[in-house]
Amino acid sequence: MGRNDGSVSKDRASQPASRAQVDGASAIPHPSPAILNYVLHLADNGLVLAQRLGEWVGKGPVLEEDIASTNVGLDLLGQARLWLAYAGDIDGRGEDELAYFRESADYRNLLLVEQPNGNYADTIARQYLFDQWHVLLLAELTASGDARIAAIAAKALTEVRYHVERSSGWLIRLGDGTELSHARMQAAIDASWMYTGEMFAVDAAERCLVDAGIAADAAALHAPWIAAVQSVFAEATLAVPADTWSQGNGGRGGKQGVHTEHLSRMLAEMQVLPRTYPDARW
Amino acid sequence: MSGEWPLWEIFIRSQHGLAHKHVGSLHAADAQMAVTNARDVYTRRNEGVSIWAVRSVDIHASSPADRAALFEPSNDKVYRHPTFFPMPDEVKHI
Repeated sequence: MGRNDGSVSKDRASQPASRAQVDGASAIPHPSPAILNYVLHLADNGLVLAQRLGEWVGKGPVLEEDIASTNVGLDLLGQARLWLAYAGDIDGRGEDELAYFRESADYRNLLLVEQPNGNYADTIARQYLFDQWHVLLLAELTASGDARIAAIAAKALTEVRYHVERSSGWLIRLGDGTELSHARMQAAIDASWMYTGEMFAVDAAERCLVDAGIAADAAALHAPWIAAVQSVFAEATLAVPADTWSQGNGGRGGKQGVHTEHLSRMLAEMQVLPRTYPDARW
Repeated sequence: MSGEWPLWEIFIRSQHGLAHKHVGSLHAADAQMAVTNARDVYTRRNEGVSIWAVRSVDIHASSPADRAALFEPSNDKVYRHPTFFPMPDEVKHI
């Protein structure tokens, strides 16, 4: 891995020659920026959440859970790399450049995944609410009109089916557990709920992609999502919070690059090494 | 917390194997968690096809001190080996 300055690393050698640096002289027709933003949205969800899960390494409540949650993070990172590679093919930047040299205003992840880890109940709440949406979204994307999106979604779907099984299992154990775990789990749900509205908000640019059959209709995912959430919460003896106000609505959410303060702090840590030594190779 | 969860022994049959092999142990609260944790801890690099989880307390092992008495070599007991029958070719792999 290294910066995309023209040097070719092993996994780039098989890229088609058309993926050249954008220098004005290339005659590649560029797809709409809406597709780029959509693919970056999918990539950044995985990338940011993987980074958050990585913060649990060595600090998990038990050894097996430490390994399990970081396994989930690795799965998400692998998916993010596939999405970033596609985004890089669209606009000419490499995976590393997209990951390490974008500011938080250029990140397109959901606000939910950038929230800090908190205690384990907070982490599980964030994970389950995201996984339940993610598995529904990927199932829709396997039928996307864009072949590459459909292929990546199909590969990711098998992994994410396991993720949602895992996180819902833990949600039920902690919710229907001791008094302390139940209280913490309910508090975690209540705190994360205001970030869930954004998962179903579709702005005008994304609506064009939906109509073109490329993007999945996130708004239509709300009904199956809330049904699944209600069923899992019932088993966990947790209360579904009331839908009052949702952060990120009105076109000022993570998908538009308007983030909470947590993202820039996380990115500062994630990006410090390549930014300090831009010519580093490893 | 892990001091309170029971210990489980994990056996995994890989794609290329015929029998479950013992791969290690882990702590889990119940059977379903044991299988899930085994999937995360022991199938990271090699795909498994089947996972068995058994509580460690349910495994009864022979004592090493009894090894001599229990496992006396039987090679010199020719009367135990059915080697005096001519085997037809068709049943060679019995």
